[in-house]
Amino acid sequence: MSGSTPASPTVNATTGPAREPKPVSLGMEAWRRFRRHRLALAGAIILGLMALGVVLGPWIWPVPINEIDFTARLQGPSLSHPFGTDDLGQDLLARMIYGGRISLAVGVVAMLIAVIVGVVIGAVSGISRGSIDAALMWVADLFLSLPQLPLLLLVIYLFRDSLKKYIGAEAGIFILIVVVIGIFRWMPVARLVRAQFLSLREKEFVEAARALGASTTRQVVRHILPNALGPVIVAATIDVAAAIIFESTLSFLGLGFPPDIPSWGRLLYDAKDHLDVAMHWALFPGGAIFLTVLSITYLGDGLRDALDPRRVM
Amino acid sequence: MGQYLLRQFLIIIPKVIGISIVLFTVLALAPGDPFEELATNPAVPPEVRANLRAQFGLDDPVAVRYVRWSTAMAKGDWGFSFASRINVDELIMQRLPTTLAVIGSSLVIALVIALVVGIYAATRPYSIFDQIASTFALVGFALPTFFTGIVFILIFSIWLDWLPFVYRADITATGWRWWWEQLRQMIMPVMVLALFQGASWTRYVRSAVLDVIRLDYVTTARSKGLAERTVILKHVVRNALIPVVTIIALQMPTVFGGAIVTEQIFRVPGIGSLLISAILANDTPVIMAVTFVLSILVILCNLFADITYVWLDPRIAYR
Amino acid sequence: MTQPLLSIEGLKTHFKTDDGMIHAVDGVDLAIQRGETLGVVGESGCGKTVTAMTVMKLVAMPPGKIVAGRILWQGRDLVPLGPDEMRSIRAKEIAIIFQEPMTSLNPVYSVGEQIAEVIRLHEGLGQRAALEKTIEMLKLVHISNPERRVHDYPHQFSGGMRQRVMIAMALSCRPKLLIADEPTTALDVTIQGEILALLHELVADSGMALLMISHDLGVMARMVARLLVMYGGTVVESGPTAAVFARRAHPYTRGLYAARPRLGTPTVDGRKPRLVTIPGRVPELIDLPSGCPFADRCAWVVDACRAAPPPPVPVEPGHAARCIRLDAVEASA
Repeated sequence: MSGSTPASPTVNATTGPAREPKPVSLGMEAWRRFRRHRLALAGAIILGLMALGVVLGPWIWPVPINEIDFTARLQGPSLSHPFGTDDLGQDLLARMIYGGRISLAVGVVAMLIAVIVGVVIGAVSGISRGSIDAALMWVADLFLSLPQLPLLLLVIYLFRDSLKKYIGAEAGIFILIVVVIGIFRWMPVARLVRAQFLSLREKEFVEAARALGASTTRQVVRHILPNALGPVIVAATIDVAAAIIFESTLSFLGLGFPPDIPSWGRLLYDAKDHLDVAMHWALFPGGAIFLTVLSITYLGDGLRDALDPRRVM
Repeated sequence: MGQYLLRQFLIIIPKVIGISIVLFTVLALAPGDPFEELATNPAVPPEVRANLRAQFGLDDPVAVRYVRWSTAMAKGDWGFSFASRINVDELIMQRLPTTLAVIGSSLVIALVIALVVGIYAATRPYSIFDQIASTFALVGFALPTFFTGIVFILIFSIWLDWLPFVYRADITATGWRWWWEQLRQMIMPVMVLALFQGASWTRYVRSAVLDVIRLDYVTTARSKGLAERTVILKHVVRNALIPVVTIIALQMPTVFGGAIVTEQIFRVPGIGSLLISAILANDTPVIMAVTFVLSILVILCNLFADITYVWLDPRIAYR
Repeated sequence: MTQPLLSIEGLKTHFKTDDGMIHAVDGVDLAIQRGETLGVVGESGCGKTVTAMTVMKLVAMPPGKIVAGRILWQGRDLVPLGPDEMRSIRAKEIAIIFQEPMTSLNPVYSVGEQIAEVIRLHEGLGQRAALEKTIEMLKLVHISNPERRVHDYPHQFSGGMRQRVMIAMALSCRPKLLIADEPTTALDVTIQGEILALLHELVADSGMALLMISHDLGVMARMVARLLVMYGGTVVESGPTAAVFARRAHPYTRGLYAARPRLGTPTVDGRKPRLVTIPGRVPELIDLPSGCPFADRCAWVVDACRAAPPPPVPVEPGHAARCIRLDAVEASA
């Protein structure tokens, strides 16, 4: 071996069984670890199927969501109505597909807002030290102490009517919900990103980049943000689940989307007074929400294990 | 230690002010007149209307309105509820104890569940118990409270007819019978909340205990000849509780949100259902006041968590 | 011949992992007499810590398992003992101090409480008596102001002082054997000297036996009368410390000794010579080669070395090494 004098003058440098580590990219490594997490894989598959079903649904099952048919009220699952019907005879499968699209849309958009706001604020906070950082974190703390549901209700109450006037009921509520949910979920993301910045700012490779003349933006984008990616992705999956739950809760309380929009929460709201005669009406949407959130949670767990390089499997 | 607590207490004041500013800003930004209702509602006497307009100073600059509103809130003058026709503070005081009772008992039960199940599961990782417990934790966390509430009603009220699902504040009974009836009607809302919170807390407790159990000082404790039970209960749990308390404190806003939903489902006359009915009735003063009260409650819970924190971890006070 | 205090015979501790079976300790023999000081020296990963932890039964038994051997404590085999029986041995008969003083104490309890806890457990003293004994122990390890310091928390002590606390804790029930697992490795050099001196003093005064584990030959020279050299999970040489250093019978011992960085090395051609190393790497404990574990790095290796693990060959009375090529090694010195 170069650079060393053997302990004995006559030795031939026979090295031990040298195992060279195979070069493996971070992405491959993460995927390998993720694959070992069976439940996370199952969650991902289920979510994929649900997303597919919800997007392609109206083509596979082209039944209108609001076709009223009093002869088929409150029927349990059957061939013509695989999920049964509600008290107006409307087909529940079609309504659930529509509701699924809403949940998906709300979840993804709210998550994007939360992540974007969180990353920006976290980055700004992490780069600038001192008072800006302290002020932003104090604001984050403040938001964390706000009771989310009451505030959400308050905002919806105050802005609902005017939004309805300007952009229509459905779009208005959608925007209201995703913005408010997004506003309530940026704090954890901001903290994660800021923590990354604080720990990496002084690290050697950032110093090296700086020495090579990289501007601050370049340092940030190319070197620091990718390291924060892992925890942020995990937080983002949790955000999707939280947004879906929020939206369903709102609809369940009667304060979400307008009554004719069959979001899953709304379906439960309608169903809760008919539990004794038509429990399928409540069980399907409830089960769907449960399955979605469960899959997302398992997925998030798997991602966390896969993306955190410090964890030993 | 006293100094630390004083500091925490002082931090609360700007937070309360901050929250009131946020609330008021939201109100001020809202288009339209939140008091439209007032103009058309014959039940509201004109002096009250005028008073409210003055209190909220709807025609004054924002800063002035804020000062006036916040001083009124601070003085305890929270306005008049036109839906219920009594002063808002009276209304809230009537309903607050019920909410506190339901939330309080559910938190205690949740903590007990989480500690017992979480610690036991962590000391036998990957055993059958652990796998069941982890599944229970994840499932409980994924089931939204309104769904569990509905399922509970389905099972316990409709099928088994064991428990009433409409809460009555006016049970005509005395002594033991009164307590028994109270218990019967509180048990479902409390358990719905407790199971939901307990499930997610179980995960945190288990993870925290697993993290602590492999630390060096636990090996030291074992090497002293202490019984495994003492090692876990005395040396591990106290350290594991530290991050758990932090997380629980952060979840307080969610707990109160969950209480709102549960109160709706089971028609419990607390401030959660008050909020909903106030929204449906456009009763703005009540809405503002309830939201404010809930925010204060969250802050108080955080303060309580801080105190627990210092008690658990002697390193904190020295920083 | 009196019965040794501790006698380990053919101990094998293996760990089951996803990648295979790790043979951490693969046939260790060791004996300590009452009041004797014995050292175990070797590189990281040679199995010395696992040996110590196995004696105390502190190894996590789901992945770990004692697959063979006996651990005779005053004639009684510890291997089949259950947790309850081990508890009366730990700290009372055999005590152990660890390498990392910064993390070995529970941060949420005062040091006094942590020491008193073990006194109350094994000596059956009440709160007040235990506290007094604790203060005495703190004095014994030269912690100043012990009456006040006994209520302080670990984070209020420096690394060296925490190690003193650990020593006080270990000695509080007057064990017959103290196992010191690299007690000074994590400390500053100046503090190292103080702690070693303290240990030396306490061991000499109390007459208890000492099993010292380290990778530092200098520490061994100061502290122990007999020395074991470990490699690849087995003991490759054992004998009186001075003799082991002088003869360096086993090739590994020779290499270890030569690899010591020395102050004042004379320059050669105007430049300081490079540090001496043993070529090759420590074997993976998962697929240990059959035969002598040092074979792949040994300058005197022959085919017979790889065929079977070498038996201990006497070098002089009380000094043996597991090598079939001792004459060749000696000759090329």
